[in-house]
Amino acid sequence: MKMEFNVKGMDFTRAGEAAARIKKALQMVGMEVETIKKAVVVSYEAELNIVIHARQGTLTLLVHPDQVEILASDEGPGIPDISLAMQEGFSTAPPQIRKMGFGAGMGLPNISRCSDVLGIESDVGVGTELKAVIFNRTSGEKSCRNISTR
Amino acid sequence: MSCFLGQVSFIKLKDVKDILGAEVIIGKEMLDTEVSSGFGCDLISDSLCFTKPGCLLLTGLTNIQIVRVAEMIEARAIVFVRGKKPGKGIIIMAEEKKIPLMVTGRFLFESCGLLYQKGLRSF
Repeated sequence: MKMEFNVKGMDFTRAGEAAARIKKALQMVGMEVETIKKAVVVSYEAELNIVIHARQGTLTLLVHPDQVEILASDEGPGIPDISLAMQEGFSTAPPQIRKMGFGAGMGLPNISRCSDVLGIESDVGVGTELKAVIFNRTSGEKSCRNISTR
Repeated sequence: MSCFLGQVSFIKLKDVKDILGAEVIIGKEMLDTEVSSGFGCDLISDSLCFTKPGCLLLTGLTNIQIVRVAEMIEARAIVFVRGKKPGKGIIIMAEEKKIPLMVTGRFLFESCGLLYQKGLRSF
């Protein structure tokens, strides 16, 4: 199963809709509860990263019998230093976004924590691509490794 | 007031309302709903990651994303602290998703403490 959602930058009214639909879709196909919980965190954080930082992007869900893939691709400023962006507490979100409860620098760390496999590639001034894979506990692979998004 | 099942304590929303002296914004017909845990936070990411289904979410955030997160974490209700009143957009979305909303004038720390005293726990 594949689902794709367009995400618009700074649209906080619709932000989170894609993640909510991803959750419902995974419940409908009967994925493991823990897999769904992790996929919700990954998809919501990835979607909000697009809303907060990019002009626009897409969030894609790929469902396999033993794993879930979430892809986030955006047109935006890109991430100059990915390892720095992965550190808890690091954020480039402006003050008005922080007042909304975002920008605590936990987005990418939370995505990493909930993913079995995570790949992030970014071109400054062009955009960012993220690919996260979550394996089912009972039927999926358990290895953790970095992958290419391309 | 609260019901203990092993380590789990349940509190009804009508008791939450009384304990916190809260005003019910929407969900008056759902006050017999029980919550099994509480989580107080003003950060969206932490609300998403550290809660469990069936919880009561206490927050000072009054933007629409707190309702979106409450839906995703399967929170039973939201209590807005420090007297913060939700706007129309939040109320409409919460009605659609059948998530009761309350407002208390108490601070987050005090609200969590009062509910803890009555048996509600984080997990």
